[in-house]
Amino acid sequence: MTAAGTASQIHRTIDAVWRIESARLIAGLARIVRDVGLAEELAQDALVAALEQWPESGVPRNPGAWLMATAKHRAIDRLRRSRLLERKHAELGREIEAGQAAAVADLDAAIDAADAAKDDVGDDLLRLVFTACHPVLSSEARVALTLRLLGGLTTGEIARAFLVPEPTIAQRIVRAKRTLADRRVPFEVPRGAELAARLSSVLEVIYLVFNEGYAATAGDDWMRPALCEEALRLGRILAGLAPREPEVHGLVALMEIQASRSRARAGPSGEPVLLMDQNRARWDRVLIGRGLAALERSERLSGVRVRGPYALQAAIAACHARARTPEETDWTRIAALYAALAQAAPSPVVELNRGIAIAMAFGPAAGLEIVDALTAEPALAGYHLLPSVRGDLLVRLGHQDEAGKEFERAASLTRNVRERELLLARAAACATK
Amino acid sequence: MLAGEGLQPSSKGARVRFSGDKRTVIDGPFTETKELVAGFWLWQVKSREEAIEWVKRCPNPFDNGESEIEIRQVFEAEDFGAEFTPELREQEERLREQMARQQSS
Repeated sequence: MTAAGTASQIHRTIDAVWRIESARLIAGLARIVRDVGLAEELAQDALVAALEQWPESGVPRNPGAWLMATAKHRAIDRLRRSRLLERKHAELGREIEAGQAAAVADLDAAIDAADAAKDDVGDDLLRLVFTACHPVLSSEARVALTLRLLGGLTTGEIARAFLVPEPTIAQRIVRAKRTLADRRVPFEVPRGAELAARLSSVLEVIYLVFNEGYAATAGDDWMRPALCEEALRLGRILAGLAPREPEVHGLVALMEIQASRSRARAGPSGEPVLLMDQNRARWDRVLIGRGLAALERSERLSGVRVRGPYALQAAIAACHARARTPEETDWTRIAALYAALAQAAPSPVVELNRGIAIAMAFGPAAGLEIVDALTAEPALAGYHLLPSVRGDLLVRLGHQDEAGKEFERAASLTRNVRERELLLARAAACATK
Repeated sequence: MLAGEGLQPSSKGARVRFSGDKRTVIDGPFTETKELVAGFWLWQVKSREEAIEWVKRCPNPFDNGESEIEIRQVFEAEDFGAEFTPELREQEERLREQMARQQSS
């Protein structure tokens, strides 16, 4: 193998090591220095050192330990340097030197204590998750910081995935780290009543990442669909860290089942294919199997308690996944699950979906009753799917004229060209009947 | 049949040799093996290097003994590119659907 070949192979190995180790590294360092931003900088310093040294020395036998040791040395160096600076400024002489020695000794002691608590790695990671998703940060900042600190993604990768310029993401991350430091957000896992609210913030961030990737279409940069995999990976890691939380498993189940359809949801030229029209042979059975297993874990954990919104959405997705043909879909069960979801997380969109399920299970008239009640809903005033669904139900009831007007209205509301064409075609078909 | 995957050539694979706490990576291609295959895992990773790094982190299956884990890439429909015609693709999918039906029935 050529020298260049070896060097690029080492770089790929370093990429792989970084992907596996970076979150644990940052989490471990954050516990020692009590500052997530500083911990990330120290981890980056260690990465730079690896990039400089490993092509010469080879990859060490335990790369994670090497990175951690290097980062800790940097931490001590930085502390010494800042003490030195302070000393120069203040010209305080001897006394401070004693203080500095004591401070370094303190840090050494903290590192030793951290080393002693080695099986805390899981706790460290969980603290990092909760800190990166802290409510003092905007949801955009939480997403960027989570991908950076837990996913090990570069600023450039995050920027490409979200179709924004790299400096925007870089600035977002810098500001987020500063906010965490300024607001003195403690590096800890929340307890008691706070836990539920903070956990839902974490789940929201992961699902946001997933949906950003899921919304990407065939022509998009590959980095966008990769967000789905990243979200799944984060979700699975979180399920390992917090195995007693039913909603964590619920979210993982929802993402696994949705991801199982990714190959079937676009046609040859990238046009979207609706769930009922998808070639089910293209659904990924491994992901469906994982999703159903995660859903089972979630339901076992929640027991008789009310199921959360992620578990309910996963249960609905599972109904579709279990049906081998569209005709086998258990619409009665889906309608019941939407009713439960409307209780757990009320929203007009959920209600609209319930209307569709009711129509499928009990006929268009029953569905139309629910959908009609939503026409006064201000939140759905500009939502093209409401007239589109109404049109669909009216066609099935034989009211072609009224249906045609609904399709036209829907066409005027959608911003998607392909969807508009489809809706206008349906309106035209109503006029000829 | 419950599951089956086609393996890509061993020239794209790697073996990780376990000896006590030592790990050695040997690049493919490999000639036939005399060892007994004891099991397999199916992983989703971003690169061959990531697969190797994860295998190195496995505990030695035989504590202080010697053993090997071989890494091979499975074929996916996308790997066949244009040669995998829509007809062939559909046939493959029908086959997979049949298997899925057998599995769930």
